[in-house]
Amino acid sequence: MALLQIRGVCKTFRTLRALDGVDIDVEAGTFHGLIGPNGSGKSTLLKAIAGAHFADTGTIVFDGHDITRVTPYERARAGLSLKFQITAVLSELSVYDNVLLATQSSESLTRLLLSSSRRALDGEVSGLLERFRLIDRADDLAGELSHGEQQWLEIAMALALKPKLLLLDEPTGGMSPEERHVTGKLLEPIKAHCTLIIVEHDLHFIRDICDQLTVLDQGKVLDQGDVEAIQRSTKVQQVFTTRV
Amino acid sequence: MLTDAGPGLGAAPARTRIARQAGRSQAFRRVLPFVEAAALVVALAVPIVLSERTDLVTLATNVLILSLLAISFDLCWGLSGIMSFGQALFFGVAGYAIALVGRDLEFSQLWGTLPLAMLVGLLLAGLFAAFLLLGRKPPTSIFVALGTLTGSYAAERLVSGWQYVGAGNGLSSVKLLQFGSYEFVEGAAFYFLALALLLLVYAGARFLKRSQLGLVLAGMRQNEERLAFFGYRVQLFKALVFSLAGMVAGLGGALYSYHQGFIGPGNMGPGLSTTAVLYCLLGGSGTLIGPVIGTVTVEVLSYVLSDIDAIKQFWPVILGLVLLTVVMFQPKGILGMLVSDRERIGSYGRRRGGR
Repeated sequence: MALLQIRGVCKTFRTLRALDGVDIDVEAGTFHGLIGPNGSGKSTLLKAIAGAHFADTGTIVFDGHDITRVTPYERARAGLSLKFQITAVLSELSVYDNVLLATQSSESLTRLLLSSSRRALDGEVSGLLERFRLIDRADDLAGELSHGEQQWLEIAMALALKPKLLLLDEPTGGMSPEERHVTGKLLEPIKAHCTLIIVEHDLHFIRDICDQLTVLDQGKVLDQGDVEAIQRSTKVQQVFTTRV
Repeated sequence: MLTDAGPGLGAAPARTRIARQAGRSQAFRRVLPFVEAAALVVALAVPIVLSERTDLVTLATNVLILSLLAISFDLCWGLSGIMSFGQALFFGVAGYAIALVGRDLEFSQLWGTLPLAMLVGLLLAGLFAAFLLLGRKPPTSIFVALGTLTGSYAAERLVSGWQYVGAGNGLSSVKLLQFGSYEFVEGAAFYFLALALLLLVYAGARFLKRSQLGLVLAGMRQNEERLAFFGYRVQLFKALVFSLAGMVAGLGGALYSYHQGFIGPGNMGPGLSTTAVLYCLLGGSGTLIGPVIGTVTVEVLSYVLSDIDAIKQFWPVILGLVLLTVVMFQPKGILGMLVSDRERIGSYGRRRGGR
């Protein structure tokens, strides 16, 4: 059974039908890319999976549980983690505290009040900062980071939740080509323990790191398959050559 | 390889580097502990220095009690981003509760009535939190502000027409607070009792602010939606802090009732609720000591201005203009001039060489 099953999901904003009967299966341990022209519904679908929007109709089943009407907090507890398209780091807190905040989210109220896990989590927080090349900026305010560094901080925070499924909405948005390359390298190791759904405009980036692709157009699934199959798809080529 | 994305990858852009240096210099400049220590020294010295002036010791005691109300609001707004315009409700209801216990049960022992007042504040605030904060959808700040304001206003109106609780006249001749056979009357003993309780509350609030839970509250105040995606039950945290703040306000209300020997409808209405907001904003919200300084400033100014014959008629207007000026031109309050944002918000993880 797929880790994530999306069946007939629709979402309408007033008169705009952003998602129109989307069906997708995401297998555990895969990197799954969502691509499509602007306004095709990629970010809306990601938000419907994470709980930022509720789907009007259809079902979303994650790890065997129907999460269609479940709150974001419950989805996060179930193992879903979202990196927002627009960076949402807590700019007034330090880089370290941003990651600590994410890392300690599974602690009980009593342990939080007594600060029981602050020392124990230090290694984990520092490890993530080291891995995402932010350890030298640990004490700086998150709002002082460059855009690319904020994106990495977001990914580090999303991974700090130890998710089963990580949702990345345009993780390389606003990055230089070099930063995109590094981001791809930073994401590779998570394949061992985490499934990934990624929305990205950079087709080279997504081709390099994804196993499976779903192409959305006007809120519908245009095509799905492995990277080679999608590259050969005439339907996809038509959309991308005429509208992207 | 990356060349200029950050220090871990190469040279930082000049602007980022300057901002970082500014952030670090701010981080290492800690002012609040000195302000807290100075405030404690002054608080301990007051009854000794003013031993000849009973009226000023009474004023100082009143300031300490109202500081509890100010801290109660700071827990809500300064620490957690809950805009409550109804903290006086919990203050006043608890004040009425102990006055009634004294009148009807002839009981005013400290060990029984003060915990009772705290329980009243806690439960009433918990009830409000259940309605205002624990709905299916996260409430807006405006909804919470109006809900608490309405509660405060409705309670004041209700009590004003209820004969059992003295209606518009309130309850006077409140039985004196007792500890065994000792009775606390106005003066140094009551002052030190109020100071001891304020210190306990302050220490508890400071512990909360600096704990890992304090980090959750700091994050919640900035972006509560983001915290929900981390898996935090944001509304539950808010309800918890709101209830604790109600408990603190309840304690203040009981002390006020005993100290003044009176409690009236005005002590639970929007007037006192907004005054608590003013104490906090004037002193500097989110700092805990700021609201105490704000309370001292407002109450001492009120006392001084109301005693000057030439402006006796106009002192509330003058006071209002002074406060309006400060809030408009110094929105971070008096302490905002001394304390950096970094220190006000707090730092929860390790800091290289910083502590």
